[in-house]
Amino acid sequence: MDGELLKKLQDKAKKIRCHIVRMIGKAGSGHPGGSLSAADIVTALYFHAMQVDPQQPHLPDRDRFVLSKGHAAPVVYAALAERGFFPEEKLLTLRELGSSLQGHPDMRKLPGVDMSTGSLGQGLSVANGMALAAKLDGKKYRIYALLGDGETQEGMIWEAAMAAAHYKLDNLTAFLDHNGLQIDGPTREVMSPEPLADKWKAFGWHVQVVDGHDFSQIIGALEKARSVEGQPSMIIAETVKGKGVSFMENQAGWHGAAPKPEEADKALAELA
Amino acid sequence: MSKKIATREAYGEALLQLGRENLNVVVLDADLSKSTKTYDFGKHFPERFFNMGIAEQNMMGTAAGLAASGKIAFASTFAVFAAGRAFEQIRNSIAYPRLNVKIGASHAGITVGEDGGSHQAVEDIAIMRAIPNMTVFVPADAVETNAAVRVAAAIDGPVYIRLGRLGVPVIHGDAFEFKPGRAVSLREGRDLTLVATGIMVAAALEAAEQLAAEGIEAAVLDVHTIKPLDEEAVIRAAKSTGAIVTAEEHSIIGGLGSAVAEVLAENCQVPLKRVGIKDSFGESGKPAELLEKYGLTAKHLIGAAKEVLKRKA
Repeated sequence: MDGELLKKLQDKAKKIRCHIVRMIGKAGSGHPGGSLSAADIVTALYFHAMQVDPQQPHLPDRDRFVLSKGHAAPVVYAALAERGFFPEEKLLTLRELGSSLQGHPDMRKLPGVDMSTGSLGQGLSVANGMALAAKLDGKKYRIYALLGDGETQEGMIWEAAMAAAHYKLDNLTAFLDHNGLQIDGPTREVMSPEPLADKWKAFGWHVQVVDGHDFSQIIGALEKARSVEGQPSMIIAETVKGKGVSFMENQAGWHGAAPKPEEADKALAELA
Repeated sequence: MSKKIATREAYGEALLQLGRENLNVVVLDADLSKSTKTYDFGKHFPERFFNMGIAEQNMMGTAAGLAASGKIAFASTFAVFAAGRAFEQIRNSIAYPRLNVKIGASHAGITVGEDGGSHQAVEDIAIMRAIPNMTVFVPADAVETNAAVRVAAAIDGPVYIRLGRLGVPVIHGDAFEFKPGRAVSLREGRDLTLVATGIMVAAALEAAEQLAAEGIEAAVLDVHTIKPLDEEAVIRAAKSTGAIVTAEEHSIIGGLGSAVAEVLAENCQVPLKRVGIKDSFGESGKPAELLEKYGLTAKHLIGAAKEVLKRKA
């Protein structure tokens, strides 16, 4: 990939990570770990892959994004603000009474959010429905979904995996944010979903495994996914929970804890 | 009232008509299309019919995605699986974002019969009416079902339509007009009001007829919309007749009886008796045997009417 694009994406991802730390710090609660791990994936989507128009958030032909791991809402809010869907200042209202930035995404409150999510395991089914509708209408828009690895412990994910392959939803690309940690600890110890690549392949998906923090790999996988016919695409992104903030990296405890002011300052200094 | 048609049959026919008229209508089923009667829709409009297999949670989520992309999605399965197994999918992926999904919940109540308690939804109205944004229809006959499907399609948001397996009498004529949230007065009477829903509307009419022979004039109110409940009609009935009996093929906890009790307690306290299933699961048996055993016949309504009349004094 060209250097200019790489630089642009890296800059955006950095800004998005700073927003995540600031907004969760201000809110006093939220989920930094899984927001930071997904920051590069979401950046690649909103600043390269997805056709969306911040001026017309409900455009019928827009690409759609479903954040199945809804607790990572801050990463999407930050990307939407950076993309121009709403002013940056609004990010600091996260989780406040009356704010359109709910603790988990609410499509009825925030234009740019394509689906309300938060209860784990439900997003892929919704993405399937959107992909079916696009096919039914003969539309070219694509559906993107972002799943957590812990979330694949929900049976409904596999119902959706089966259905997406059955209906040959090649207009659907899902990312699996494979950071290996969930609230109670390492995913492999709590309830191992491994081997994930084999499972998705067995369910009939086109599967790619990439470094979820390497833009050239993410973009390459997205391009490949677009060319796949007759199969939904899964991009398993190997990521680091809390990526970019040394004291949050690979710590299950930072799944759902807000940084205190001095911690936020330290994180921001590292990210700068 | 000689012709008997199951409301699920009417549901299937209504979907077929609607499918011809509105290309935005899509139907989903979970491997029960011959029972829920969505099969014909699938045959006529295969591209707009999605069999999701035995996976109700995924069906509800997929319906949500279709609705979020401009479709009017009818997701159909047995009431036990719709309201029960897929409750949280309905809550979070359909009702919370107020998406345009209609849940066709067939085989509700004990009249499923021989399949037994595991398949007899007796709590689905309570579950569905507790969900914000949800409209709940319980049609009494084929005419009401047809109208309910049309009205549901026109509503922008989630609707739960409760349907039965058993053939039931056709009550309404061709002139029937279904107004969502408006109860239908089927019979006037000064002594008490039988407030009924679903298959119990026919039983209420039968009970009123027999009561009249004994000189007791019972009004009959057909409540096809449990939510939003026609509170005005309930208050009017309480004020004009001074006693209420509710009737539903559902637990007395959380359904029509509870909804009416809530309105009466806050607005107009009159003697009330709830006829329904008394906090128990059903069991295998013939529908008629079950209705008798669980206290859901005209005879039971007559007994309840006489009881509230005694308390009315």
